[in-house]
Amino acid sequence: MMGFISYLVNGISLGSVYALIALGYTMVYGIAKMLNFAHGDVIMIGSFVVFSTVSTMGLPPALGILISVAVCTVLGVVIERIAYRPLRQASKLVVLITAIGVSYFLQNVALLIYGANTKSFTSVVTIPPLSLADGALIISGETIVTILACIVIMIVLTLFIRHSKPGRAMLAVSEDGGAAQLMGVNVDGTIALTFAIGSALAAVAGVLLCSSYPSLTPYTGAMPGIKAFVAAVFGGIGSIPGAFIGGILLGIIEILGKAYISSQLADAIVFAVLIVVLLVKPTGILGKQIQEKV
Amino acid sequence: MKKILSLCMAMALVVSMTACGSKDDGKTTTAAADNTTTAAAAENNSEAADGETTAAAAGETVAFTGEGVFKIGGIGPTTGGASAYGIAVQRGAQIAADEINAAGGINGCQVELNFQDDEHDPEKSVNAYNTLKDWGMQVLVGSVTSNPCIAVAEKTQADNMFQLTPSGTAVDCVKYDNAFRMCFSDPNQGLESAKYIGENSLATKVAVIYDSSDPYSVGIYEAFRAEAENQSFEIVSAEAFTADSKTDFSVQVQKAKDAQADLLYMPFYYTEASLVLQECDKQSYKPVFFGVDGMDGILSVENFKVELANELMYMAPFVATSEDEMVKSFVTKYETQFGETPNQFAADAYDCMYVVKAAIEKAGVTPDMDASAICDALKTAMTEISYDGITGKEISWEATGEPNKAPMIVQIKDGVTVELQ
Amino acid sequence: MSRMKTKAMSKQTKNNLITYGLVIAVYIVVEILMRAGMVSSLIKGLLVPLCIYVILAVSLNLTVGILGELSLGHAGFMCVGAFAGAIFSKCTMNVIPVAGLRFFLALLTGAAFAALAGILVGIPVLRLKGDYLAIVTLAFGEIIKNVINIIFLGRDSRGFHISLKDAFELGLEPEGEVIIKGPQGITGTPNDSTFFIGVLLILVTLFIVLNLIHSRTGRAIMSIRDNRIAAESVGINVTKYKLLAFTVSASLAGVAGVLYAHNLSTLAAQPKNFGYNMSIMILVFVVLGGIGNIRGSIIAAVVLTLLPELLRSLNDYRMLIYAVVLIVVMIFSWSPKCREFRERYGLKRLFNSKKSAKEEA
Repeated sequence: MMGFISYLVNGISLGSVYALIALGYTMVYGIAKMLNFAHGDVIMIGSFVVFSTVSTMGLPPALGILISVAVCTVLGVVIERIAYRPLRQASKLVVLITAIGVSYFLQNVALLIYGANTKSFTSVVTIPPLSLADGALIISGETIVTILACIVIMIVLTLFIRHSKPGRAMLAVSEDGGAAQLMGVNVDGTIALTFAIGSALAAVAGVLLCSSYPSLTPYTGAMPGIKAFVAAVFGGIGSIPGAFIGGILLGIIEILGKAYISSQLADAIVFAVLIVVLLVKPTGILGKQIQEKV
Repeated sequence: MKKILSLCMAMALVVSMTACGSKDDGKTTTAAADNTTTAAAAENNSEAADGETTAAAAGETVAFTGEGVFKIGGIGPTTGGASAYGIAVQRGAQIAADEINAAGGINGCQVELNFQDDEHDPEKSVNAYNTLKDWGMQVLVGSVTSNPCIAVAEKTQADNMFQLTPSGTAVDCVKYDNAFRMCFSDPNQGLESAKYIGENSLATKVAVIYDSSDPYSVGIYEAFRAEAENQSFEIVSAEAFTADSKTDFSVQVQKAKDAQADLLYMPFYYTEASLVLQECDKQSYKPVFFGVDGMDGILSVENFKVELANELMYMAPFVATSEDEMVKSFVTKYETQFGETPNQFAADAYDCMYVVKAAIEKAGVTPDMDASAICDALKTAMTEISYDGITGKEISWEATGEPNKAPMIVQIKDGVTVELQ
Repeated sequence: MSRMKTKAMSKQTKNNLITYGLVIAVYIVVEILMRAGMVSSLIKGLLVPLCIYVILAVSLNLTVGILGELSLGHAGFMCVGAFAGAIFSKCTMNVIPVAGLRFFLALLTGAAFAALAGILVGIPVLRLKGDYLAIVTLAFGEIIKNVINIIFLGRDSRGFHISLKDAFELGLEPEGEVIIKGPQGITGTPNDSTFFIGVLLILVTLFIVLNLIHSRTGRAIMSIRDNRIAAESVGINVTKYKLLAFTVSASLAGVAGVLYAHNLSTLAAQPKNFGYNMSIMILVFVVLGGIGNIRGSIIAAVVLTLLPELLRSLNDYRMLIYAVVLIVVMIFSWSPKCREFRERYGLKRLFNSKKSAKEEA
């Protein structure tokens, strides 16, 4: 029993990282309606910035994170401006391919700057681990911070979108871009803002990803990025609470699958559960069912 | 629109095809210019380009005056997820090539190294091999990773090209008689580590974590498991991870802990090992840690908490902190040139270049010979040489391509690697 | 009315003939150059992979361009075909000594298994829409890769043995051989793939796909793409046609897989060759060549496969430049501003002015 609870905690810990990444994914998808495959690589860049500033230059972690958030925000906006905005009218597939190009680009830039060797990331979390049941159950400080960060970000994002003017503009653009423009919403500006927020979240996610799993290479972001994308779809892509639930569930399924079924088939199990869920609920757990019009 | 696009593409296609057809001269020089090892080699390059004709005319004189250039090709991943290994090999080989040239070359002939990327993909590896063949490669040092190496071995066998892989550990890498390797084979490592653990009574209960998507890791694990039957310990837990899920190791570590294993066997690379060690620390699980040669480099992971790896034992052909003169000089050079400590891949590659040199000297081949003739001569020479390098002393080779070198067990103590045997 | 129809038909036929002609012409030119010894080893080595990618691109275009569904699991079907074909060849190497016949049967085996996988995956998947469909195909592709990576298959006098743990557990007799060695996959497959067979298979693929597109079935499929509800309302069996297109596409990917398996002596299901990266790579060919444009897919597959090889002299910057080229080409060919610019100054204007001149005449 203790074993099970311990696995569950580990699952939530992994899941919270996925959830944090998925929030950025889902945000961009919900408003710009595009799969930003480069999101995982923005996370990687964010982690490298923190690594350079904190571990190499010796700045305090809080400052490092701030710099990283700033760099990623600018990066996100620049990517959007250069690579995605010219293709606003083009087919969704075209933008998808461009996003993949951006992803390769970021990986290779990082490879040229930082080299291929693994860097060990020093955790920025200083909270001591929580020891329960006489040390049989240990919850690390990183897990606690990641889950708290996830919940805070989720609440803030939801409030921002529901109650602020730019947030409502985002909602309008996501409902119907054309109509929003007619109503005087600055669509380009709104989408740029979305990318800025999504990329800032990526920086935070990167820091927490690498604090929990401290190995950093130019390819660190790719796989968690894909997993987070799966998590976002799982919860219903475009839905912010959905991304959170999807991420946590994905983490738990992955860990429990590894623990009780087969450690070799962990990925297959995750994907199989995803397929089953989508067959039962074709738009994910919290996804909106869009009625087709004739 | 589409018409224009397809027109452009068709034009690009035509250009590329013609470029390829006539590229023997053009591209060779660019590739060579990028990769030339020394200025001296660059000067010789023009002679090498028309080497066939001049050599034929000059006949034997070439051999004695030491003109011409040995063209050595290298293949390995310098981009993509496995790039850490490929880049290390490229750099290690480069240092050796520079040294050889500075010391007057092989039998007076300079060497030229051309290293091509294969992205850790068999198909790209064959492309890289063909690129090198077009360049005029005479000896191949590569491929770095196992599956690409097997694919390339098929081609080198067909072309009768001498091949020495620095780090292709799978059994099939040296299946043919023209292929040799510098490193231990997978079964060899698994067998030796099981023996060592058994003979030194390091543990009675052993847990294994391995990468089920990597032939290297699975190959070692299989041999380890087979040998464990004959030893005094039992394997109480064997858990896998894959290339797609190697961020979180909590389950694998917890299973090992629950099975009360007193030794954790880790047949995989240091990148993942640093995460496993971290996880063990988190769960306050302190077994004996035992790794294989992939563990080498863990101390050079930038920013790594060295105390996590304290008492870690692993099989290593190469110790960067060794007092050996050759090792010292290599490590110093590598550190000054590239700003990082070399790992076993770099060391294997460095030795590969010198082994090629030794074999060439033994066989007395000259740069004007074609690759196939060189291969025939080197094949025999390889089984006759005994080589002292930085990854072992008195290494000799079987005709099967396997090296005879003593495995060395090292242990990390307070951030320093110490030899145990 | 009928005259217009025949005219349209002949234009279509002409268009198809150009596509076939292009492939045959390239084949002949390359053959001549090879005979003349003017082709470098690199290109010689690339000929079969080029055929493989062309077949993959054309077959994916059937799903993406004609059926209008985004599939990110194409490499999964290729993987099924590759392993089925390779196992067949490995097992019958001594039974069927004639390489041509054995390879032909291997191709059929690979295509059949991939088609089967296509049906199995297609039935649940095609109920979904858009990005959800894409992610489920990606999931299937990853599952196929993950499962194949842990299969150990051996054969001895007592028959086949299978294990999901390691080769040790197969319990083979001493003379038994391990066919699939987990992550190391299958080694020692006969190298039966040749450029000639590759081109032949491209032509067969084109024949199947082009005929399908221009048949009654193809029009039904395209009507589903353009408006599913309208198609349903005129009595088209949506599920049947969707599944048909999906299965044909999968089995052709299987054929490409068999070609792949018999080109190199090693076959392993790694993220690089059968993971989602590969599926995306094929998708790039399709999108770059023009969604629904078969000839464009062929050209894009060839150019994009050659590009990284031709950039080898750039060394470390190779993949970086490749990424930049990808982004620039996408923007150049799809951004409205660039299109406007090209329409004003580009070749199209020349064509158009000629056309209008003709029309005037």
